[in-house]
Amino acid sequence: MVMVAATTTASHLTSTFLSTPDFCGLSRSLQWPHMQHALEPHMSKETLEYHWGKHHRAYVDNLNKQIEGTELDGMSLESIISASYNKGDILPAFNNAAQIWNHEFFWESMKPDGGGKPTGELLELINRDFGSFEGLINKFKSAATTQFGSGWAWLVYKEHKLDVPNARNPRPSEEDNKLVVVKSPNAVNPLVWEYHPLLTLDVWEHAYYLDFENRRPDYILTFLDKLVSWETVSSRLEAAKVRVAESEKEMAEIDADEDLDTIEPEDTDMYFGSEAEDAEDFLDDE
Amino acid sequence: MALRTLVSGKTLGALSRFQQQIRGLQTFTLPDLAYDYGALEPAISGEIMQLHHQKHHQTYITNYNKALEQLDDAIAKGDASTAVKLQSAIKFNGGGHVNHSIFWKNLAPTHEGGGEPPHGSLGWAIDQHFGSMEKLIAKMNTEGAAVQGSGWVWLAVDKELKRLVIETTANQDPLVTKGASLVPLIGIDVWEHAYYLQYKNVRPDYLKNIWKVINWKYASEVYKKECP
Repeated sequence: MVMVAATTTASHLTSTFLSTPDFCGLSRSLQWPHMQHALEPHMSKETLEYHWGKHHRAYVDNLNKQIEGTELDGMSLESIISASYNKGDILPAFNNAAQIWNHEFFWESMKPDGGGKPTGELLELINRDFGSFEGLINKFKSAATTQFGSGWAWLVYKEHKLDVPNARNPRPSEEDNKLVVVKSPNAVNPLVWEYHPLLTLDVWEHAYYLDFENRRPDYILTFLDKLVSWETVSSRLEAAKVRVAESEKEMAEIDADEDLDTIEPEDTDMYFGSEAEDAEDFLDDE
Repeated sequence: MALRTLVSGKTLGALSRFQQQIRGLQTFTLPDLAYDYGALEPAISGEIMQLHHQKHHQTYITNYNKALEQLDDAIAKGDASTAVKLQSAIKFNGGGHVNHSIFWKNLAPTHEGGGEPPHGSLGWAIDQHFGSMEKLIAKMNTEGAAVQGSGWVWLAVDKELKRLVIETTANQDPLVTKGASLVPLIGIDVWEHAYYLQYKNVRPDYLKNIWKVINWKYASEVYKKECP
């Protein structure tokens, strides 16, 4: 499978998405050279030749060169992204690493004869968070159209938490986690915001120029009507919910441990007015 | 003033244009190219030139005009939130208009001087500052190729320091966003729409070839004005 070979044999890079059997997207189920025809007439063979064969491949080749012999070598792709994002003070490897991840995620977001409507729990959450499926579509179209310059439009699963390191929702509930549409510039992706991506659309001009020229809105419509794989989005939602539940369980366990060490207020002797012997201990510390 | 605007206007109805003339709001129209779409071949294809001019640049102008009208309204009403909210649309689309207007003047067919290196003070300044034209081109191409995503690479003169500089800007940010004293001499559009149909992903080839149609006469004129 050429696509996997390009990433795995070329380096130790692993994508959590390519390695998970649930994702039956473009890159896993179809072999080059057939793959190039797979999304026609909605996304041409020529586009795939360049987009997958040149752009995506170049990101892989360039990242391999960049990380060779460095501390990033041997790390998973998502770890490289996180390390090189560097809390916004972006390091050189970020562009290549993130773009590899983004493109893999994009190919797997599509399938031949895609489109239609989501079902099941995904549809329920869409109705809950966007009012209706049309509501989601409008938000997504708007994000993709108004991402100025190069970038991506996303549907993500967002945990309810503050953007500070140690903030934790003390009473987590399913209700707090939301589906949200976001957009990002250039190589940035929602992993760096700690969201769980479910769907993406590449709106760099190279993604649509050969098929649609400047007509980005037509490209967006075609993607939503004919290419998007809602099954994949559903799988990703399932996986995201599992991850969120696991991390909440971990946090609860940490909280429980900490409670054992918590000093009860009435036991505290640290304030003035405590026993004489404690005052002596205080002096001894000097 | 009103007559010229009525004659050239496309995007607005006559009445609203009249109203805007009373308010003094100047809107914009697509400038003509000084050459045919196919005249820059083979460096830049006619197909690209036509799309670039008639679609991309026109869209920036349409959206800029729209944003300006909305801004004008917001200012007149004292609606500060809206006025602030419109700033990004103005930067994107106004910047797009500014940058592309310069770009068309930066290009000329070879039979009209495109590609011919500057003589006179600009040529001398380039040799002084970069060592040679080849070195300038190499540096600009390196910087242009390195622009992540969409943007521009510029040869500019700092009108205060009287010095040539190479700069890049992201998206449609005009050069002044990198320095108030920077005056653009040559801008090269490195958005994918500027080259993709012809060069695909090979931006470096586009950068190598565009120098054959760069209009140094225009750049020299601008330079002489800032550094007489």
